Parts: sequence; C-alpha cells; structure tokens
Amino acid sequence: MTDTPNHRWLDDPILTVEHLTMRFGGLIAINDLSFSIGRGDITALIGPNGAGKTTVFNCVTGFYKPTEGRIVMRHGKGAQEAAVAQATESGEKWHRDAGGAVFLLERMPDHEIAQRAKVARTFQNIRLFGGMTALENLLVAQHDRLMVASGYSIGGIFGLPGYRRAEKEATEKAVYWLDKVGLLDRADGPAGDLPYGAQRRLEIARSMCTDPRILCLDEPAAGLNPRESAELNELLRYIRDEHDTSILLIEHDMGVVMEISDHVIVLDYGEKISDGDPAQVKADPKVIAAYLGVDDEAEIDVPEVRADLSSARKEGEA
Amino acid sequence: MASTSETAGTGTSGAVPQPERETRLARALRESVIAAGLTAILGFFFLALRTEIETGGLVLSTRWGLWLAAIGIVFVGRLALNLFVFGRLGATTRRKPATTGAGFPVAKVLTWGLLIFAIVLPFFFTIVFPQRDRQYIDLAILIMTYIMLGWGLNIVVGLAGLLDLGYVAFYAVGAYSFGLSAQYLGFGFWTALPLAGLLAASWGMILGFPVLRLRGDYLAIVTLAFGEIIRVVLLNWTDFTGGPNGVSGIPKPTIFGWELGRRDGSFNDLIGVPYDPIQRFIFLYYIIFGLALLTNFVTMRLRRLPIGRAWEALREDEIACRSLGINTRNTKLSAFSIGAMFAGFAGSFFATRQGFISPESFTFLESAIILAIVVLGGLGSQIGVVIAAIAMIGGIEVLRNLDFLKAIFGPDFEPTQYRMLIFGLAMVIIMVWKPRGLVSTREPTATLREKKRISSDVVAQGEGH
Repeated sequence: MTDTPNHRWLDDPILTVEHLTMRFGGLIAINDLSFSIGRGDITALIGPNGAGKTTVFNCVTGFYKPTEGRIVMRHGKGAQEAAVAQATESGEKWHRDAGGAVFLLERMPDHEIAQRAKVARTFQNIRLFGGMTALENLLVAQHDRLMVASGYSIGGIFGLPGYRRAEKEATEKAVYWLDKVGLLDRADGPAGDLPYGAQRRLEIARSMCTDPRILCLDEPAAGLNPRESAELNELLRYIRDEHDTSILLIEHDMGVVMEISDHVIVLDYGEKISDGDPAQVKADPKVIAAYLGVDDEAEIDVPEVRADLSSARKEGEA
Repeated sequence: MASTSETAGTGTSGAVPQPERETRLARALRESVIAAGLTAILGFFFLALRTEIETGGLVLSTRWGLWLAAIGIVFVGRLALNLFVFGRLGATTRRKPATTGAGFPVAKVLTWGLLIFAIVLPFFFTIVFPQRDRQYIDLAILIMTYIMLGWGLNIVVGLAGLLDLGYVAFYAVGAYSFGLSAQYLGFGFWTALPLAGLLAASWGMILGFPVLRLRGDYLAIVTLAFGEIIRVVLLNWTDFTGGPNGVSGIPKPTIFGWELGRRDGSFNDLIGVPYDPIQRFIFLYYIIFGLALLTNFVTMRLRRLPIGRAWEALREDEIACRSLGINTRNTKLSAFSIGAMFAGFAGSFFATRQGFISPESFTFLESAIILAIVVLGGLGSQIGVVIAAIAMIGGIEVLRNLDFLKAIFGPDFEPTQYRMLIFGLAMVIIMVWKPRGLVSTREPTATLREKKRISSDVVAQGEGH
C-alpha cells in the first residue's frame, strides 16, 4: 500500500496523542509529545534506546497514567472534534453517538482500554500464559465476551446452551488465528514450550482475539530471523487489510519499518524529532543526526558520543 | 548442550561399565560406613548413655540396643539410598517432555475407585469393623472435611495463585454464623448452611479488597494477619460470641425437619427403624460427602468457564491479563469469595458435627494444614488434594495407633510424641521427591484434537513463590 498524498493521520486519525508528558520523579521520560495515527495505517514509532517509545505505549494502553496530556481513541470516521470536546468537558471517560465513539484513554484503567476502546498490545518481553495451551491462550483473550455469554459463570455452571454456542464460536475464532500464524499443530501444547518466533506470533494472535481496532506491537521482530521477519510483515499487512485494524509498532529493525510502514514517528529523549511517511523520515537530517551523527563527524561511531553530539546539536538549535 | 553431555555420559559408562559398577558399590559401602560411624559417635552420648537421678546423685545407665539399632538403620538406609536413589540422579541431563501423552489412565482409575469407595464407605466399615466403625467413620468425616477445605483453598491458591495463609478465618466465619444464628435466631443446620456460605463469601470479598494490590509474600503475611484478627475478635467479643467459652448446644442436622433419635416424632419413629448412634455418624458422613462433591463439581465446572481460565491466566501473568481486558480486581475477588464460600459451608458442618465451637479450633495451624494439603497434592489438582488429605489427616491418626513401634523401642516409647516429627520428615521427603506436589501435571481446560497433560515445568506457581 502506497501512501496517499493527503495523509490519513491528519484527515482520519484513529488515535491522537496530545501534549503527552510523563514524569517519573525528576526524570522526564516524555516531554510534550503530540502525534496522530491514521485509520488503517501501519505506524512505526522509532528512536534510539531510551527515547521513551515503550513509555508512550504504556500510556496509550493504560499501564501508566500520564502526568499531562490527552489521548483520544476514535471508533467511526473522522476526527469527531465535537464529541472529543464534549467528552473532555464532561469529565466522562468516553462519549458515544451515532457517528461513532470517542474514548479518552488517559482516564480509563488498562483493562477497560482493551475491553471498550479496543486497543490491544503485545509486550517487549513476551508475556504468554506459558503453562496454558496455545488454544487456551486465545480463549482467555476472548474472556469478556465469553463471560457475558456464560451469564457471569452462573449460566455456565448449569451448562446452558447459550454459553456452549459462544464457546464454540470462540474456539472457531481461536482456530482461525492459530491457522493464520501457522500454529494449528501446536494448539494443544503449552505455549511456554513453543520456539521464540512462534511465541511472538502467538502473542499477536492472542491480541487479535480481542477484536482490536488498533494493535500496539512492542518490537515484534526482535529476535526473529530474516525469514520470520518477512512472515511477520506478511501477517501485519494481512491484519491491516483484512481485519480493519490499525497497527502501531515499535521497531528497531529498519528493514521492517521502511518496508511496511505508512507513517513513521521518530522519538529522541522523549520528544518527537520527525513525523511523516518513510521516505520523508529517511531524508530528515534530524533523524540522520540522531541515528548516525552529523556528516563531518561521521567517522565517530561510538553510541555514547553519537548521543552526546545529537543532544548538543539539539541544544544549539534550540 | 543437552545432547553433548548426554553422549559424553553414555560414552564413559559404555566404555568401562564393569569397574564403574564395582566402584559404585565400594563407594556406597564406604559412605555407609562413614555415616554409621558418625551416628555411632553422635549417638553415643545421646542414645547409648543416659543419666538418671537416683538417691545419692546421678547414675549412668546404658542403652546399647538402641544405639546399635540406630547405627544399623543409618548404615542400611545410606546403603540403600546410595545404590538405588543417588546413583540414578545426575546420570543424564535428559529433559522430560513438557506434555505427556495418554498412557495407562492411573488418575482416572484412582478417581473412580476412590469415589466408589467413598460412596460405600460407611457400610464397608460397619460390616468389616463392627467394633471400631464409629471411630473409622468419624475419621472419614474428618478427612472429608479437610478434602472439602483443600478443594476450596485450591481455587484461591492452586488456580488463582494467591497465597492465602488465613483461610481458616472463613472456616471460622462459617462455623460461627451457624453457631450464633442457632443460638440467637434458632436456625437449623439447613437454614444456616446457605447463610454461612454467603457470610463467608462476603468476608472473603471484604478481606480481598485491601489485599488486591499485594503479591507474593506480602499477600501471605496480610492474609495470615486477617486470619488471626478474626480469631482474636471471636475470642474477645465475649458478649456476642461467648469468647473463649465458645458456643455450645449447636443443633444436629435434621432430615427434612425430623431429627434422628429415639424420641417420639423423630425420623426413626417415622420410618420405624430402631435408633442406633452409628446412624448419626453415617448421616453426617453423607452430608459432608455431598458438600465436598458439590465443591468439586463447581470447581471443575468453573475451571472450564471463562472465570476459571481467567484465574489460571492471572496465576500465569497478571499484566498480560490486564492487556487482554480482564478485570483483575473482579477476578481476584471472585476467587477469594468462592473459595471462602466453601470454607463457610465446611465451617457450618464442623459446628453441627462438634455441637460446640470455640476460637481454639481456628488457629493458624489449621490454615497451615489445609495449605499443606493443597501444596502436597499439587497446586490446582483435585485428586492430588484427596490423596494428600488422606495421607496427612489419616496419617496423623495412624501414627497415634502404631503399637508395634513399642516392640522395637521399648514400652516407654510413645509414638504420638513423634508423630509431628515423622510427619515433617514425610513432608520433606515428598518435597524433595516431587517438589510440585503429588499430581504435578496440569490438565488443559480446552482441547482441539488431543488432550495432553502439561508438565509443571512450564506452569507458573503464582505469586506466592
């Protein structure tokens, strides 16, 4: 998919982060960060180590409460300015109307973000339920729907047919995703026994079982070999095209980033230094400086020195 | 890595098998002699010599028989360990496969066997041991109570992975809700039973709320404290609970409103069967058996429902649960309160069985025994709890009656004094031999094609470890 001339993240944003600041004591991990993510885009969040990428993820998915800022998730077309303003004024966590729904993620606890706002995530260090089978992992992900179907366990204890039907559907969905990630043969084996690459794929399948509108992947290609990386790209494209799910990913593998992203946001020291389509970002001198150092000091290739230089440069510019 | 060490291991033993064995036997003998020698030296002062106070001062007496017996036991024990246990360990670095296929269904046969035995148990004892039937059925009632408590705690500790050291508090709440409602409101057992479950479940929720954010050791300490708080309140609120005097005269359970007994208008009078005290024991046995089966049925069902899967997922990884939209607060509270509810039922049964309750019955030791049953049985395993409860509660009773030990250690030997020691030793041995409990595999709650049990290697133990 090629980028459209008028950028989707400006016209039809699914997620908007505005003036996000996160302080841990005296440390400012993210400083006044704003960006938007387009509906149906694959957006990459990149930056050197310690730039604050995972902190942004944790704020978006509710694992951290941001110190300042607003994070808006939108179901339904367009920016829905009026609904966002109304929700912000009213002090509610979300606002629903005929055009869709807006969710103010900074006000919601983590499980509600997954359940209602439909934001799913994976983790940098894989967090599967190792002692449960692959199939069980995917069934746990459909907890909320099954819980309602089981009459909050009361109907389920008596084995009411409604629950049995719902469980069958849930199993079918799990089988569908196991098939998609090529783990159908391992469905009845423990997730903790799978090889690393398969665990990563299973974690993505598990997040997809929550029917997310946006899928946040924290370094999905870390530790994968080139063939597995290529398969991952294929899977992510499939998810975006066939399941109406936008993807936000953190990635260090520039091959993956440049190949599949529609939109790239570059962070450094908790601030956005570049934002645009992959070609723009690749050509941005600030990004080159942050990653490679500036031209005349190109021979210096020590990461610390590079980081020092880039910060000094930034200060000079400021 | 594993394959290289494995081939190296087989290589050496394959090249020189004969000398290897000889040296092993020689080494075993040498080590046994050393161990026996150490016992001789250490035991000389403790076992062989003994000072006794008599008129005119201390008199030294000797007990050579005991001393030699101890040396002999250590020698034979060490030799057997060396030959049959230690030699097998560490020979290869083979890893057990994480899933085990369906072999001979030991667990299934055992489960059905135990269930059938449990159903016919009172009649078995009345027919086979007519003199001691009351004692044995009473013991069976006690074991069944602990099985039920173990199954209840298994929900909290085994499935949800929340280490609860104050479980006996809910047992006490159940017992006192029946005791006090009988005293003040005149409730019978069957009316009080649901009330006891309900009250215990609400206490589970009340105590669960403050500890939601705690994990592991901290959770264990706070639940321990809550268990003690309940006991101390029962002990000191003399006006209401009777304090250390407890509550007495708790009514016996009735059969649809008719009592068992000799009087006119009793159940026996109604059906025309002469009363025998054993009938009361049999009736109590079937009540607790029914309650325990209910606990088991509900637990097994819940495990296959989303709530049960969420409990196990919570034990595996709480953060991942939250990222999947699971409300961990509600999930934890449901585990606490459902576990507590079953303890409440058991407590109410305990009250009616004893007819008298006091805070003495609900000390920390009870919590520890229930937890030991769950851990020994294997976290999350239902049949494991049964075996562990029989071994622990039955085992303690058996130790009370080991008369043949008197033949070995002399008539002064009192086996009861050593039962906790032997019991502790047995626990240590089992924990060394099977660190994840007697039944350490986990059965999946959903299968696509083939059911494979999951080895404990990959299963998380929860926050208490």
